[in-house]
Amino acid sequence: MEYFLQLFFGGLTRGSIYALIALGYTMVYGIIQLINFAHGEIYMIGAFVALIVAGVCTIYGLSGVSILILAGVIAIIYSCAYGYTLEKVAYRPLRGAPRLSPLISAIGMSIFLQNYVLLAQTPDFLPFPRLIPDFDFMEPVAHIIGSPELVILITTVVTMILLTLLIKKTRVGKAMRATQQDMNMARLVGVNVDRIISLTFIIGSALAAIGGVLVASYIGQVNFYIGFLAGVKAFTAAVLGGIGSIPGAVLGGLVLGWAESFAAGYISSDYEDVFTFGLLVLILILRPAGILGKSHKQKV
Amino acid sequence: MKKMTVLISTFALFLSIAATGFAADTIKLGVAGPHSGDLAPYGIPAMKAAQLVVKKINANGGVLGKQVELLIQDDQCKPEIATNTATKLVTDGADVVLGHICSGATKAALGIYKDAKIPVMSPSATNPPLTQSGDYPNFFRTIASDDMQAKMAVDFAINKLGVKKVAVLHDKGDYGKGFAEFAKKYLDESGKVEVVLYEGITPGAMDYSSIVAKLGRYKAEALIFGGYHPEASKLVSQMQRKRLKTIFISDDGVKDDSFLKVAGDAANGAYVTGPQDLSSIPLNAAATAEFKAEYGAEPGAFYQEGYSAALALLNAIEKAGSTDYDAVTKVLRTEYVETPVGKIKFDSKGDAEGVGFSVYKVENGAFTELK
Amino acid sequence: MLKNFKQSILVSLWFVFLTFPLLAVRVNTMDQVVVWRWMNMLWVAIGAFVLSYLWRYMLARQQVRKQVADEGGETRSKTQLLLEDMSFRYKAMGVILLAALVFPLVFDTYQSTIMISALIYVVLGLGLNITVGLAGLLDLGFVAFFGVGAYTYALLNHHFDLGFWITLPIGGILGCLFGVILGFPILRLRGDYLAIVTLGFGMIFKVVMENWDALSFGPSGIANIDKPSFFGMDLSLADSTIYIYYIMIAMVIFTILVTTRLRNSRIGRAWIAMREDEIACVAMGIDIARTKLSAYALGAFWAGMVGVLFASKTTFINPASFTFMESAIILSIVVLGGMGSILGVILGAFLLILLPEYMRAFSEYRMLAFGAAMVLMMIFRPQGIISNLRQTYKYKGSKEKINNG
Repeated sequence: MEYFLQLFFGGLTRGSIYALIALGYTMVYGIIQLINFAHGEIYMIGAFVALIVAGVCTIYGLSGVSILILAGVIAIIYSCAYGYTLEKVAYRPLRGAPRLSPLISAIGMSIFLQNYVLLAQTPDFLPFPRLIPDFDFMEPVAHIIGSPELVILITTVVTMILLTLLIKKTRVGKAMRATQQDMNMARLVGVNVDRIISLTFIIGSALAAIGGVLVASYIGQVNFYIGFLAGVKAFTAAVLGGIGSIPGAVLGGLVLGWAESFAAGYISSDYEDVFTFGLLVLILILRPAGILGKSHKQKV
Repeated sequence: MKKMTVLISTFALFLSIAATGFAADTIKLGVAGPHSGDLAPYGIPAMKAAQLVVKKINANGGVLGKQVELLIQDDQCKPEIATNTATKLVTDGADVVLGHICSGATKAALGIYKDAKIPVMSPSATNPPLTQSGDYPNFFRTIASDDMQAKMAVDFAINKLGVKKVAVLHDKGDYGKGFAEFAKKYLDESGKVEVVLYEGITPGAMDYSSIVAKLGRYKAEALIFGGYHPEASKLVSQMQRKRLKTIFISDDGVKDDSFLKVAGDAANGAYVTGPQDLSSIPLNAAATAEFKAEYGAEPGAFYQEGYSAALALLNAIEKAGSTDYDAVTKVLRTEYVETPVGKIKFDSKGDAEGVGFSVYKVENGAFTELK
Repeated sequence: MLKNFKQSILVSLWFVFLTFPLLAVRVNTMDQVVVWRWMNMLWVAIGAFVLSYLWRYMLARQQVRKQVADEGGETRSKTQLLLEDMSFRYKAMGVILLAALVFPLVFDTYQSTIMISALIYVVLGLGLNITVGLAGLLDLGFVAFFGVGAYTYALLNHHFDLGFWITLPIGGILGCLFGVILGFPILRLRGDYLAIVTLGFGMIFKVVMENWDALSFGPSGIANIDKPSFFGMDLSLADSTIYIYYIMIAMVIFTILVTTRLRNSRIGRAWIAMREDEIACVAMGIDIARTKLSAYALGAFWAGMVGVLFASKTTFINPASFTFMESAIILSIVVLGGMGSILGVILGAFLLILLPEYMRAFSEYRMLAFGAAMVLMMIFRPQGIISNLRQTYKYKGSKEKINNG
């Protein structure tokens, strides 16, 4: 039982990070039908900026949780700025281009950003200061869940609630939903579609940055390449849940996290990625639009 | 488009001039390894070592009265690029080659050098079959092979630590899995310990919580890990967080300052194998000092081995009196040479005699050699 | 004028802000040192300022061209018009063929090796062009088929000592087979779902090759694969490179011939129809499942064949050669070159493979430039270097007749 719970919470932690990143994919896809391949790099840049801020702060003598919050906030600001610029530079000029062009542009941007960070900073792994304080839990609990996991879970839940409120209750959220349903119609009723698209990128980037900072302080290391695998997995999660659907992304992230955790725990981690993609294929065969995705009947 | 063609052909022309233009009366030392990309930290120190050695030797009159010229090529540690690199070096007329760094790239390139009869010496390719298969008579290395390392780690775990249940993990890579396979083999052969877990972990995965939970479930007393330091530091940090008492034992890929810094106090108590500590050898200290004087930093991985390989190769040419393949390899196999990794010569398979491994323990954030 | 200036200043300030933490600060949390690099900020400011002018100019030019196109004007460049001229085409082909044939005799072994790599990518690009360019099925795991071919030869050669020429078709057929096997479960999927599933297949291939030691020898790979034999003779490095080079040239020509014929065949038209509109295609009575599977299979066939050649050229393979990056590069070749256009794909392969190779001097920056080039290319020439020439049929009768009729 203890072992099961360990795997359960391990999967939950991993899954909630996947979910945070997957939201960025799914929101962007929902609006402009683009796989933002560079989204993983935004996550990496978030983690890197946090590392730089935290590093500078520790070297100049600050310490404690205040750094974590400061680093987190600056990382979010910068990720948003990068996400916004990314959209303006690499995707906006391509609106209306053949469908594969933005995808190639995104792959190019992903390569560019990786190498930009590599050259500007370092190819090595850098230690990320352990900023989440370790609380001592009682003995049986300590084996199952630690304070970093708890912080990740709480942050994720709070973020999700805020996001849901934003989308369901505010004017901006309404505009976003309208744009997602029909971009031209939204434009007709006076929604500034360009601004909504930028905003979607900014929100997605902020979520990715939160994920990046949490992971970096959880596992304690950062380098320029961490965005790729996280991005691919999160994208898988988004498709699994039904791309374009926000609850779908969360569900997909959690399912993927658990699947990986239990597969590694009860079977073997040799074929970890095979399980991941095997699951994806299986679900897509049964439900071609993902778990929560609506399959659009194409009308002629 | 037209401009592009002109550009390309100018480049091509330039390259072919560069390739053939120099007079033949220099000794050409090829250096191949990853000099760009994420694995560059493993290749650049050896390259700089070669530059320093050549600079010094040229200042003292060169080899056989000729100046030594360096041909430096980047292979990014990728087998398919390494074959291009090797062809380039062969075409440019390299007499001897220092490289490659990664075992996979080395394996891919060796066939080309073999056909061209060029002796190759790697400072870092530790894959056992490179020498033991006997397929590559032109291959030498200044570092001991992985099976020796694995043997050492296993002996240490059984005899010194006295553990009974051991888990073996690897990173599914060429190097890590090779090490883990040997470790498992020696553990099984010993008959004294039980291998409770043998698995590959995915490098770059977000976390290893399930595998750490598994270690607890099987009550492994020690974990032997084959791979590099990023995964190792993730593993030890998570093991510490889950308060596992499992002893962490790993290989040379982990014996890196990054491991100490990234894993922090979670690294304390871990054991790693690595080349013997040779800083007491005067040449070794001198080589380090030389690097510091030139670049103002610590040398980095495989610097000493690269330095030694460059010295050994050029010394062999000097002693052989020519760059003839048979003569050079014969000298390498018969005559001792003083290098930063000790006084070495090479056995018939190409492994250096007198180079070995030690076990290091991490204490207070530093590696201490266990005698 | 002033507006432009103001805008450029703003852009420049924005990029200074954007790059500040990553370019100006270098913090080494390992040794606890911070380096401030203020000079970089100055370069970014100047660079962004100049580039923003250039950016606007280019976008404006793009706009003008689009306008001309909308008004039905001539947008094809002179080179493009030239390419459509058949007599020029034949002459050019002759020259290129001649140049290709004498190439290894003029240049050294290294140049030939590089050229072989480029030609391998040409064939890969042409193969993927069938799946992506003609049939419109996005495939991000194409490298798996390449790997199937490479492993086919490596394993058959290792265990049964089979030669290159026998394995060449086997590799192609196995590639084909895998194309069909992987094609089946994803028949129902569309567009981007397809992308991630194919990406998954690519990764699964690599993971399986890494772990299934009994089959693939794991990550340590297979070494000492035979080079192609020349009537049983062993060749020196230089000779065998030239030999492989000619094999490769023959293969490229063969591929070009077959893919051109395929494109104009019944099945090729079905692919293009499917790419344009799946539903209309079904309505026309085309069997979508068969068309899709054949697109996968025929694309994979080339990858499998050229995989055999790749293995025989490097003489060593391991799973590390078959990463997602390779798939991305092959896809970029197709899209950059111009989807569906054979000449475009060839040019794309040469650009993407040869340029980084000759840019070795700037090796540090080449991947950066590579990424940037992909983005810029898509923005300023989304149709690729050579846009696909559509077959057009002109009605030769006079206009009055129609009006009168």
